[in-house]
Amino acid sequence: MESRLLPFCHFPFNTDLITGVGKSSLVHLLCQNQVLGNPSWTVGCSVDVRVHDYKEGTPEEKTYYIELWDVGGSVGSASSVKSTRAVFYNSVNGIILVHDLTNKKSSQNLYRWSLEALNRDLVPTGVLVTNGDYDREQFADNQIPLLVIGTKLDQIHEAKRHEVLTRTAFLAEDFNAEEINLDCTNPRYLAAGSSNAVKLSRFFDKVIEKRYFLREGNQIPGFSDRKRFGGGTLKSLHYD
Amino acid sequence: MSFLIDSSIMITSQILFFGFGWLFFMRQLFKDYEVRQYVVQVIFSVTFAFSCTMFELIIFEILKVLNSSSRYFHWKMNLCVILLILVFMVPFYIGYFIVSNIRLLHRQRLLFSCLLWLTFMYFFWKLGDPFPILSPKHGILSIEQLISRVGVIGVTLMALLSGFGAVNCPYTYMSYFLRNVTDADILALERRLLQTMDMIISKKKRMAMTRRTMFQKGEVHNKPSGFWGMIKSVTTSAPGSENLTLIQQEVDALEELSRQLFLETADLYATKERIEYSKTFKGKYFNFLGYFFSIYCVWKIFMVKFWSQHISFILVGIIIVTSIRGLLITLTKFFYAISSSKSSNVIVLLLAQIMGMYFVSSVLLIRMSMPLEYRTIITEVLGELQFNFYHRWFDVIFLVSALSSILFLYLAHKQAPEKHMAP
Repeated sequence: MESRLLPFCHFPFNTDLITGVGKSSLVHLLCQNQVLGNPSWTVGCSVDVRVHDYKEGTPEEKTYYIELWDVGGSVGSASSVKSTRAVFYNSVNGIILVHDLTNKKSSQNLYRWSLEALNRDLVPTGVLVTNGDYDREQFADNQIPLLVIGTKLDQIHEAKRHEVLTRTAFLAEDFNAEEINLDCTNPRYLAAGSSNAVKLSRFFDKVIEKRYFLREGNQIPGFSDRKRFGGGTLKSLHYD
Repeated sequence: MSFLIDSSIMITSQILFFGFGWLFFMRQLFKDYEVRQYVVQVIFSVTFAFSCTMFELIIFEILKVLNSSSRYFHWKMNLCVILLILVFMVPFYIGYFIVSNIRLLHRQRLLFSCLLWLTFMYFFWKLGDPFPILSPKHGILSIEQLISRVGVIGVTLMALLSGFGAVNCPYTYMSYFLRNVTDADILALERRLLQTMDMIISKKKRMAMTRRTMFQKGEVHNKPSGFWGMIKSVTTSAPGSENLTLIQQEVDALEELSRQLFLETADLYATKERIEYSKTFKGKYFNFLGYFFSIYCVWKIFMVKFWSQHISFILVGIIIVTSIRGLLITLTKFFYAISSSKSSNVIVLLLAQIMGMYFVSSVLLIRMSMPLEYRTIITEVLGELQFNFYHRWFDVIFLVSALSSILFLYLAHKQAPEKHMAP
C-alpha cells in the first residue's frame, strides 16, 4: 500500500558494511583530492565544485569552475522521485556515468540512466518511462560528452580482472565514451600524470570546449561550468 | 495407493510454489543486484514454497480434497520442515552472511556464525517465559515449544502490520484525504530547491578557490593531528582555514535544507499522481473499495468476535491471497528502501524469516476465521496450544498498532499543509 511517508533514511554507515556505487566518494575525490571519510546515503542531490585548469601547461591555460552534481536514488525509483530528479537535468554540459565493477547489474542500468538524463528535453511531463531497451541511434547524434567510471576496482580479484575490464571496455564503446576504472578510497588512481588523470583532464577540457568555444562566444575567465552526477549510477555535467 | 497419488499432487504443487518464489526473487527483489550466493535464493524459494503449501492444505481441508490421513501426514511433515528452516537454517545463514561482511571476523566465519546462532536460540527460548502459551508437560525440542514461540513473534508482526494497514488503507485511497496540489505549487518548490543549490554552489566555489590559493602559497589546510599539531593550531591559525570552517558550516545547513526541499517536492509529485490516478476508472474503483474496507476495518476494530464463526471459505481464501500479496509487496518496498549490494543477502534472508513466521502465525489465526468443523485438523496438528491466548494477543497488538497509526498519520497530515503554505 502506498504510504505518504517517504522511505528515505539518512544513516551514516561505515564503508565496510554498507555502501552503494560510490558516487559521493568519487565526487569528493575529484573535487578535494581527498578520500571521503564517512560516506552516507545521498538524498536528493549534492553538489561539489572542482577548479579545473583548461589546457593546462599551454599558453592558453585558463581556470574554470566545474560543478559536479551528484543526484542520488536508483533507476527504479518511484516516478515521483524521478520527476523531482528531472529538475536537475536542465541543460546538461556533460555526463559521467558511474557503475560498480563488482555488480554487473549496475552497469546494465547505465543505459536506463543515460536515457533518463538525455531524453529529458523530449518528454514534456518530465516523467520518463523506459523499458530499458538500448537504442544506439539515440547516442549517435548525442552532442554531450560522456565518461564512464567504474568503481571498487580493488575488490575485483586479480584473476577476474581481465574479464571485467573487457566487459567495461565494450560498455564504454557503446556510449562512445572514454572509461576510467578506479577505487575511490585510494587517491593514487588519479595521481597527476597517470593515464586516468590525463583522460579526466581531456574530458573536462572537451566539456568546456563544447560549452564555450563551439558557440564562438565570449570567454569569461573563471566562469562556472555545471556538471551533474546523477542517481545511483549516473553523473552529469551541467551548465545553466 | 491413494497416499501415493496425494503425495505426488502435493509435491507437484510444492515445486510450482518453489518456481514462483524463485521467479519472484529474480525478477522483483534482486533485479538490481547480482546473485552471487545461490544458497540465498534457494532458501528464500524453499521458505516461500513450504509456507504456501500450508495455505494450500487449509484449502484442501475445507474442500475435502485428498485423503484425510494423507492430509494429516503432509501437515505434520510440512510443519516440521518449516520449523527446521525458520529456527535452524535461516538464522544460521543470517549470522553467516553478517559475519562475512565484517572483514575482521572473516577468517573464522563458521565459528562466529555458530556463536550468533546460539545467541539467537537463547533469546528465542527466553521469549516463551513471559507468555502463558504452553503447559509444562511437553519436552524441550517438541514441535509445540517451537511453534508456540514462532507463533508469538509472527502474531505480533501480523497484528502490527494489520493495524497499520487498517488505518493506512482508507487514508491512502479515499480522496477525502488527498490535499489539493497544483502545478504552481510544485514549480514554486522546485524554484526554491534550485535557488538553494545555487547558494551552495557559490559557497563551494569560494571554498575551492580558497583551498587552491592556500595550497599554492604552501599553507596546507590539514586537520590538526597529534599533540603538537593541536598546540600549533591553538596559537597560529591561518585566516584561510578559519574562513573555510565557517563557510563549511553554512554549506552543511544549506545542504540539509536542500534535502528537505527535495523530499517535499517528491511528496508533492506523489500526491499529484495519486490525484490523477483517482480520476481514472481504476482509481474510482479503488476509492470505492477504500470506503468499503474502511468501514470493514472500523467494524473489525470494535466487533472482533461476533461474526467470526460465520465467515465462509471464500473470505478465507481472499484473506489468504491478499495477505500473501500484501506481504510480498511490502517486503519488496522495504527491501528497495534499505538494501545495498553488500547487505542484500542478509536482508533477503531476514525477509524470508519474517515471511515464514508471518505465514505460520497466519495459520494459527486463521483457525479463528474458519467455521467450527474445519478447525479440528489444525488443532490436531499443532497440538495443545493455547489458541485463545494468540487471539487475545493479536487483538491487543492490533488495537495498539491501529491507534498509534491513527495518531501518527494525524500528526503527519496536520504538519504537511503548513509546511507548504509557508513562503
